[in-house]
Amino acid sequence: MAGHILLIEDEPNIAEAIRFLLGRDGWQVTVLTTGQGAIAEIARLCPQLVILDLMLPVRSGLQILTDIRADPATQDLPVLMLTAKGQERDREAALAAGVSNFMTKPFDNSEMRAAVRMLMGGD
Amino acid sequence: MVAALSGSKLRARRMALGLRQGDVAQAAGLSASYLNLIEHNRRRVPPDVLARLAAALSDTPEAFADGGGGAALDDLRAVALAWPTAELTRADEFVQRFPGWAEAVLAMHQRSLAQEAAIAAVNDRMSHDPHLSASLHEVLSAVASVRSTSVILAETDDLEPEWQARFMRNLDEDSARLAKGAEALVRYLDSGGQIDAQGSMSPQEEVEAWASGLDWQIASADIPSADIPSALSASAREMARALQGDIRADHVSLPDAAFRAALAAHGPDPLAIASALGAPPFAAFRRLAFAADLGLGLVVCDGSGTLVLRRAAAGFSLPRFGAACPLWPLFSALARPMQAIEAVVEVGAASPNAARFSLRAFGTASHPAGFGGPELRRAMMLIIPASAGAVPALGVGATCRTCQRSNCPARREPSILAGATGRNSGPNSGL
Repeated sequence: MAGHILLIEDEPNIAEAIRFLLGRDGWQVTVLTTGQGAIAEIARLCPQLVILDLMLPVRSGLQILTDIRADPATQDLPVLMLTAKGQERDREAALAAGVSNFMTKPFDNSEMRAAVRMLMGGD
Repeated sequence: MVAALSGSKLRARRMALGLRQGDVAQAAGLSASYLNLIEHNRRRVPPDVLARLAAALSDTPEAFADGGGGAALDDLRAVALAWPTAELTRADEFVQRFPGWAEAVLAMHQRSLAQEAAIAAVNDRMSHDPHLSASLHEVLSAVASVRSTSVILAETDDLEPEWQARFMRNLDEDSARLAKGAEALVRYLDSGGQIDAQGSMSPQEEVEAWASGLDWQIASADIPSADIPSALSASAREMARALQGDIRADHVSLPDAAFRAALAAHGPDPLAIASALGAPPFAAFRRLAFAADLGLGLVVCDGSGTLVLRRAAAGFSLPRFGAACPLWPLFSALARPMQAIEAVVEVGAASPNAARFSLRAFGTASHPAGFGGPELRRAMMLIIPASAGAVPALGVGATCRTCQRSNCPARREPSILAGATGRNSGPNSGL
């Protein structure tokens, strides 16, 4: 299994757990801990999937998602958004902005792996 | 009140005169059935008919002028527009035939609108409260990390030692962060948060916030009472005035010099002070609690157990919402009027913030309307900081919702915090 995933998550321990989980499944995971420069990194790395936390410092996940969908080069890029319970309004906004799927924190590891497999075209 | 209509007035006048419907109808040149319809407001009364009826009833037509219910009718039509099943075209008939019901429907509709507005305001505040949002996000993030990391540790059989050490360290960090976040959230919930919107505060909270800002120095016997801010709601101003009145009376029955002498002789014992100076016990409770230099707290409850006044003492949390800890001696005093009830308690047991207090409570039963009226009960509890000692202390909390004590036989609902168990383990398990 090969494929590059960009994880944009400002909580280092969550990022570490996700990187470990997905790394064990064979994915190459790059971690960004801020929304700043996210679009440039996407352009540089050309990941097959972006996992994006909704609440990020500097630039929110929603702003980054909007930029991804506005760029013809990335408009079809799968984006898995991480949200917390109680952010239903933000989730609705993300859905309207074209998010591919959601995971709600705290998430189940096996569900996270399954969602990634699906978005990477595995099953 | 929706104004009485002509038909109702005509009927009332006829009955007052002791006349039969048929006789009045005949005198006015009408059929009895037509008059019956008029009297029950099922027919409008033309001016010439009204004049004849007025003459038959020995009065002027003006005396039976239609109150109309015009404004009420407009309001009812507005209600009907919001309820598609309501018969809009029959609103005038409804007002005419059932003015009392029409008034009730309008009052309920207006109350409903007011409550919807209040709920929207509170909901908006909760949704946009940055402190609450940040606290919840912090807790959820820590939980997410703990959950994910612990599953990795539990389910990955061939985890390399380096990763294992790293995840163990992460767990340690996140559990500490989680505890800190949970404490911050509880403090926020207990304190009522950054209360700054009058619409989200009860009148009691307004009074307490105002008095607390003045360190409760809001009245005395010989200086003018503190001005009550006009920004408070009308209900809060009324409650504040009543409290100032009580405090002024307390200063009269327990003058400063005598109160201080009794305090020196008896310590913070409200019953001893009251007895020594021949003052009402509750006056001594308030004098002690509102003395700026003593650092004592006070809670007052009515017969339902509702806290109607709260002055916090440092380290002893008081619930903002809902009922308080049922183990407080306040409630024993409420059930057993005229008995002095004291308990040494500990709050925050097994935490760095654990503290001991002596709680002194006293309740009364009164009959302000005599034998024919209801019994009113009231209880007060003085919260006195205490030093650690050999005396066993009773573990108490502020309210079950935020209390972490496990296996409490008095628990009535699960805590929102992890670790509080025993909901069904005690004698209070049956609802």
